[in-house]
Amino acid sequence: MVPAPGSHQGLDRLDGAWWRDWAARVLVSLGGISAILFIVAIIVFIASQGLEFAWNRLSWAELLTGARWEPTANPPRYGAWPLLAGTAWITAVAMLVAVPLSFAAAIYIGEFATGSRREWLKVTIETLAAIPSVVWGVIGLQVLNPLIQQWFDTPVGLNVLNAGVILGLMAAPIMTTLAEDALKAVPDTYREAAEALGATRWQVIWRVVLPHARPGLSASVLLGIGRAFGETIAVLMASGHRLLPPTSVFDSAATITATIAAELGEAAVDSDHYQVLFVLGLVLFAITFSINLLADGLVRGRRRRA
Amino acid sequence: MSGPPSPFAATAVERRQLSVQQLVRLLLACVTTLLLVPVLGILAVLVVEGGPGLTWSFLTEKPQRLGAAGGIWPALVGTVWLTATALLVALPLGVAAAIYLSEYARDNRLTRAINLAIVNLAGVPSIVHALFGVGAFVHFLRFGESILAAGCTLAVMTMPVVIVATRESLQAVPKAFRDACWSLGATRWQTIRHIVLPNSISGILTGVILVVSRAVGETAPIMFTGAVFLRLVPPESVFDRTMALSFHLYTVSTQVTDVPRHVPFSVALTLILVVLTMNSLSIWFRMRLRARKKW
Amino acid sequence: MVTAAAATNLLSVRGLSVRYGEHVALQGVDLDVREHEIFGIIGPANAGKTSFLRALNRMDEFVPGMHVDGTVTFAGRDLRTIRNLYALRRRIGVVFPLPVGLPLSIYDNVALSPRLAGVRGRAELDEIVERCLRRAALWDEVKDRLDGLGSLLSGGQQQRLTIARALSQQPLLLLLDEFSIAVDPVTTMRVEEVLKDLRRELTIVLVTNLVQQARRLADRTAFFLGGRCVEVAGTEALFSGGARDQRTTDYLEGRFG
Repeated sequence: MVPAPGSHQGLDRLDGAWWRDWAARVLVSLGGISAILFIVAIIVFIASQGLEFAWNRLSWAELLTGARWEPTANPPRYGAWPLLAGTAWITAVAMLVAVPLSFAAAIYIGEFATGSRREWLKVTIETLAAIPSVVWGVIGLQVLNPLIQQWFDTPVGLNVLNAGVILGLMAAPIMTTLAEDALKAVPDTYREAAEALGATRWQVIWRVVLPHARPGLSASVLLGIGRAFGETIAVLMASGHRLLPPTSVFDSAATITATIAAELGEAAVDSDHYQVLFVLGLVLFAITFSINLLADGLVRGRRRRA
Repeated sequence: MSGPPSPFAATAVERRQLSVQQLVRLLLACVTTLLLVPVLGILAVLVVEGGPGLTWSFLTEKPQRLGAAGGIWPALVGTVWLTATALLVALPLGVAAAIYLSEYARDNRLTRAINLAIVNLAGVPSIVHALFGVGAFVHFLRFGESILAAGCTLAVMTMPVVIVATRESLQAVPKAFRDACWSLGATRWQTIRHIVLPNSISGILTGVILVVSRAVGETAPIMFTGAVFLRLVPPESVFDRTMALSFHLYTVSTQVTDVPRHVPFSVALTLILVVLTMNSLSIWFRMRLRARKKW
Repeated sequence: MVTAAAATNLLSVRGLSVRYGEHVALQGVDLDVREHEIFGIIGPANAGKTSFLRALNRMDEFVPGMHVDGTVTFAGRDLRTIRNLYALRRRIGVVFPLPVGLPLSIYDNVALSPRLAGVRGRAELDEIVERCLRRAALWDEVKDRLDGLGSLLSGGQQQRLTIARALSQQPLLLLLDEFSIAVDPVTTMRVEEVLKDLRRELTIVLVTNLVQQARRLADRTAFFLGGRCVEVAGTEALFSGGARDQRTTDYLEGRFG
């Protein structure tokens, strides 16, 4: 019942609604904190699985620079340089594909395209983003592979080029979205001020919008790198998975992610081989975490200055 | 065309600038259109190569010869199990986190840490999530390789999707509604239940759909946590291992010999049809949200 | 003497200060609001009027960075000692400068507060809705479309809906913050009639940017300037040249603000 006017009983009574509110606050706070918990758990669990080996028997120098990855040989060799080099090559090719594509698309969609054309382009890009990694793998294996063999007259089409193109296309949608956000964050007053001086649309974009959006654009490239870098199944299927450092884009290569995926199933639980894969996982995590941190800092820094 | 020049006639420099602009615009449009090529190309290849093999019996029969023949029924069922498990875990956690961030959190270190954690959860490579799943769910929590372990791994991975979609739609509800509701003596929770959540359902549904679309397509996180190469009977509980569409596509493409060329394409077409249906649904929700304004 | 004053004062404010982070919005306000009066507050923008209202129903809980110092006694209780602030807010109705129709049906807008307080009976809710809508002079316009969305009514109707909603909690105190800012003159006049009528049932604190509105409605009026309460006086006295402070006279005569 609504209390009668004049009564001020109940101002101290913690009723059902009060307690339900209290419970809801606790529950949703737990939900929020769970995100932190998961990140910490990821570090803890991955580190703990590889810790014993990393502490006692692993040579970090060999891991980072050793040229031979032979975990099943006797004695085993854990030199991840081929994997690091393969990852770097493939990621570089991916960025060569993705950066022009995504920047052009972001500028076109953000600054030129209007109405239904704009909507359609956005739907296309969302569709591109939705294609599962394993389907990209099939495309690399069955479609790009023979095409590359034909066009470039190479014996194998599963190589850095194949995986790089696929990763580039996979990273392009998210980079486009982020780049477009960066352009959108440039205040319209800047554009209007420049246009009032008689600048053409392109001059405004080139001289005003792009320079101001630079931190956001860099962040989009960084996150694209993170995406390409961490992709697993598509790369495993399209790269040829050869455990040697590539010397050209037509060489097959292996990445860190693909190696973990290819070997985890075969390694006996808690063996050195098994543990070294978790160490690689930790390296991957550390790199992507730094990339995310850096990108976050770039975007935040821009916001503070604006 | 002689006579005194009009003050509005373009000078040579201005004309050049304008043609540069036309050129750049054309170039940008062409490059952007390049993004259409893979989308349409992939869809076309999948339909042409995989379409004929995608029959009713392909969907409803068990695989034969390790998947080289027969159908994909157990993988379809398994994918439904995995996705449902992932959703059941990710949805409550994600919605709770989104409510916390949008309705309770103040601008302090904890909030920044949570936001950073979400960005990182979304950015961590899928194979790292797989390693986490193996360490945490399969071994530490003793779920074994099971639907439960794989579903939890997928849930941790897709939680950011739910959070972002839900938070966005919560924040789209005007602040004034909350003020008005609070001034009536409603608690925060009552305000959320009666005013905020009912008006952000579409965002939550978008999150659901995106989780399903992601979970259906992911391969790496499930291959060591619960997906199996071959298991002809559909799972009976979350502690069973299961086949999954994405993992099945991986194995018939790379691990099995003598697979007829059309089989991987048919599986891929099935997979992408599921994913694209989900995505179209989410786009449709978004449009409906925009069309049906309540204030 | 002291007890007699306490009996007629619904609100006692002593040394009230409000700040948002570093920014001080209100400083050292002392005033009393008597039961069953309309207490007007006038003053230019940024005088601290809205912050004053927020402090009265403890909205500092919801405003990040808002900090309140000093004592507010409401119906004999120090606000700082109240454990269930929701129960406090149920006794204080608020009308905002911009009308807020919640995205619920008109019926549910008015029935929301009683429902949250536990009223379930349909007949009882029907009765409350009709009574409050009638009190807010909105019933005749909306009685045939109570299922329509409250947020899609016209501005003037939404403002009266807000008042009906505020009344549905049976408040002891009604706070109005520049309610006429987004409302047409006709609606303003109707609402003013409603307010005069309501004085018999409850106490009203009326913040207004219209000096003449205070003159028409308020029994006593306070003049706020730059975060301070310059003076409080009977409205008639204030407007017939009785202001003690030159700044009040200047404001009333339109020399600033």
